[in-house]
Amino acid sequence: MKPKLNASNAVAALLCAALVLLPVYSAATGNIFILTLFTRIAIYALAAASLNLIMGYGGMMSFGHAAYLGIGGYAVGILATEGIGSGFIQWPVALAASALFALLIGALSLRTRGVYFIMITLAFAQMAYYVASALSRYGGDDGLTVYKRSDFAGLINLSDRTQFYYLCLGCLFGGLYLIWRIVNSRFGLVVQGVRSNEQRMQAIGFPAYRYRLVCFVIAGTICGLAGALLANNTDFVSPAVMYWTRSGDLMVMVILGGMGSLFGPVVGAIVYLLLEELLSQFTEYSGLILGPVLLLIVLFARGGIMGLLGRMSRG
Amino acid sequence: MYLVVEQLLNGLQFGLLLFLLAAGLTLVFGIMDFVNLAHGSLYMMGAYFAATFVTWTGSFVLGALLALGATLLLGIVLEYVALRHLYGRDHLDQVLATFGLILFFNDAVRLIWGPAGLALSLPAWLTVPVQIIPGVYYPAYRLMIIVVALAVAAMLYLVVMRTRVGMLIRAGASNREMIGALGINIKLLFTLVFGLGAALAGLAGLMQAPILTVQIGMGENILILAFVIIVIGGIGSIRGAFMAAIFVGIIDTMGRAFLPDLLRKVLSGAAASTAAPALSSMLIYLLMAIILVLRPEGLFPAAKR
Amino acid sequence: MADSLAEPLLRVDNLVRRYGGITATDNLSMEVLPGELHAIIGPNGAGKTTLISQLTGQVMPNSGTIRFAGRDVTSLPSYKRSRLGLARSFQITSLLKDFSAIDNVALAAQAHDGHSFRFWGNARKERHLRDTARAALERVGLGKRADIVVSQLSHGEQRELELAVALATKPQLLLLDEPMAGLGVTESARMVALLKELRREVTIVLVEHDMEAVFALADRITVLVYGRVIACGVPDAIRKHEEVKRAYLGEQHAVTRHG
Repeated sequence: MKPKLNASNAVAALLCAALVLLPVYSAATGNIFILTLFTRIAIYALAAASLNLIMGYGGMMSFGHAAYLGIGGYAVGILATEGIGSGFIQWPVALAASALFALLIGALSLRTRGVYFIMITLAFAQMAYYVASALSRYGGDDGLTVYKRSDFAGLINLSDRTQFYYLCLGCLFGGLYLIWRIVNSRFGLVVQGVRSNEQRMQAIGFPAYRYRLVCFVIAGTICGLAGALLANNTDFVSPAVMYWTRSGDLMVMVILGGMGSLFGPVVGAIVYLLLEELLSQFTEYSGLILGPVLLLIVLFARGGIMGLLGRMSRG
Repeated sequence: MYLVVEQLLNGLQFGLLLFLLAAGLTLVFGIMDFVNLAHGSLYMMGAYFAATFVTWTGSFVLGALLALGATLLLGIVLEYVALRHLYGRDHLDQVLATFGLILFFNDAVRLIWGPAGLALSLPAWLTVPVQIIPGVYYPAYRLMIIVVALAVAAMLYLVVMRTRVGMLIRAGASNREMIGALGINIKLLFTLVFGLGAALAGLAGLMQAPILTVQIGMGENILILAFVIIVIGGIGSIRGAFMAAIFVGIIDTMGRAFLPDLLRKVLSGAAASTAAPALSSMLIYLLMAIILVLRPEGLFPAAKR
Repeated sequence: MADSLAEPLLRVDNLVRRYGGITATDNLSMEVLPGELHAIIGPNGAGKTTLISQLTGQVMPNSGTIRFAGRDVTSLPSYKRSRLGLARSFQITSLLKDFSAIDNVALAAQAHDGHSFRFWGNARKERHLRDTARAALERVGLGKRADIVVSQLSHGEQRELELAVALATKPQLLLLDEPMAGLGVTESARMVALLKELRREVTIVLVEHDMEAVFALADRITVLVYGRVIACGVPDAIRKHEEVKRAYLGEQHAVTRHG
């Protein structure tokens, strides 16, 4: 399948170019704020993209995805507190911990379907939230300050704004590329087939549960990476990052951008966080506008922004 | 022993409050197949309305009644303007739209009432302790919550089990196409059910208001508990919601009250005081996870779909 | 006709499946010989689909055994039975609606080509999967419709695609659950012609309401009523069978009434 020139692909290409050139703009205009804003956007876009892998392609509506943001973040924060500052240790631990958590809750949750799945993933994330709140050695409710960003032996300096931005962007692009390969692979086709019709996939010879579980773990691991980035970005990690409304934010980004479209979550994250930021510039009460906007999008723009673009390019 | 009785009553009271919240949620979920995250916002609005109206009127009862009416009205307007267009849509769309409503309500409240919480004080006649069994006193207000909630539960039971509207509601919860086939004005029925759910949420909020601070986001935590209850109880089942709510209320309250002491017997003091709050907060979620793993459709599935 | 002394490919012994108070499969035993086309008929509610679902493992029996190719498969999950060579087509078409025709078939071929925990290569570019799929599509006459999304295919085409999917798993035994259901006259005739060809390659168990098709195709027929086998034999014997005539008189009325 050759990539076709249509509205959605054009938007995605323009977006990538703009994201890559952003530090140049920031340096030229001295607008540092935009760079920090987009660093955060890139991190959330990565998290949303990982959620899109299970939600959009796998049909698994997880309402606890923010748990991995916290687990990745706490892995970095706790190791830093204990004097292990090397990113070569922190980050693999963050990924492994997220993968393990995903394996555990996935193995149990994937026995349920539909709304029950939504609720059980939420329940597990809430448990993670309360566990983090109880870690009194690591700040408990108040959260944990990360005094020193992950150290990569001089390869890259995470405290340098531009370098850190490119690291986040690189992780985002890497994550998107990985997801794109997975989605088109044998594995990806099976997972999408199971979303479409699980019984049929069983009947032609696929153990659906295993494929869903592996997909669930991959998504959790990618989100764990986003968590490690987030802790470095804010120099802070707290239970609040795992609260269910954060999971809701991630879902909103995915649906807003367009489920099951590779760049949808990126577009969703940009629009959602930018809107939030812009609104907060001129009103203290951004929710008064953002809330109804979400409602209107659901009512009038099915398939999210990418879906809208797709329909436009088809005429 | 007295402590146990008191905590049991507290658990019952909390459970009944949760039932008021869960009943509306499970009806709306069961009948309209609608996931309403904004249900917690209606709870919050009930509390804010109560705090305002009680101050205006100077009467607790009058203020509470006005708040109840206001939440009912708000629910109906909300359903009429926005939510009815989301019936039959994907659950995710509903989650997104009602998540938007949460953002809206939180900031609307902040705009109208300010970011600081409100306190709602009780009239003197509700603050006295009542002797329930010789030697055991219990706050009159909490006792009143139990009585009111039980009365509402009984009324709800009668309406759902004994009336024509109730028959339609039950029919709708087990088989949505059927009420359409009966030629009933479904739109009106749905609006009424949604309004009823909103009023129940508002009632829960306004009754909880004097016990906790009235604040932004108060609906979010309790909403999740209500969801836990309807999932444990089986979606669409009022009876399931009632049992699960009491169960959850008592387990949660007893866990918070006695788990720290229990843990201290097995663990060292420091470890226990770290683990106890987390464990008691987690208890409910743990319970739900276990139930869902063993019974993926809840304890009391309303009916086979 | 197949040699009745041959070792049966599928052998069901004393199968029982209850739903609450209803016994959908009532102490049912039957054999399917290699190479035959074995039809299962019976009035509505005779438990035909329940039987098929137990054979493929979507439904587990309360008791009894199912042996396939000399192996006890009674407690195997459906994906494992599929790998042993037991394929089914569904009564209500249940294809992957948002996938193209060829993707549907290629996935079936993929299911029988080792595990699918391959995360990197583009599965749509794997030559041998695509070739197998294309061949199966050609086989059922859908070669030109390969890239059409299933939801855009006609009902008859979806039925044919069901067959192609089943064929792509290279089954030893093909269970067809009412492949003629909802087809027009021309489409039915095409399906009968297709089955006539396929029966030379693979053993088939056919559940079908279209009696004309069944008597034209079957080597042997098993008749189910209320979950029990009331008769089993060659078409001529079944045609003359008194109990079958009685059971079917009501059914014919029912068919004309509903139809």
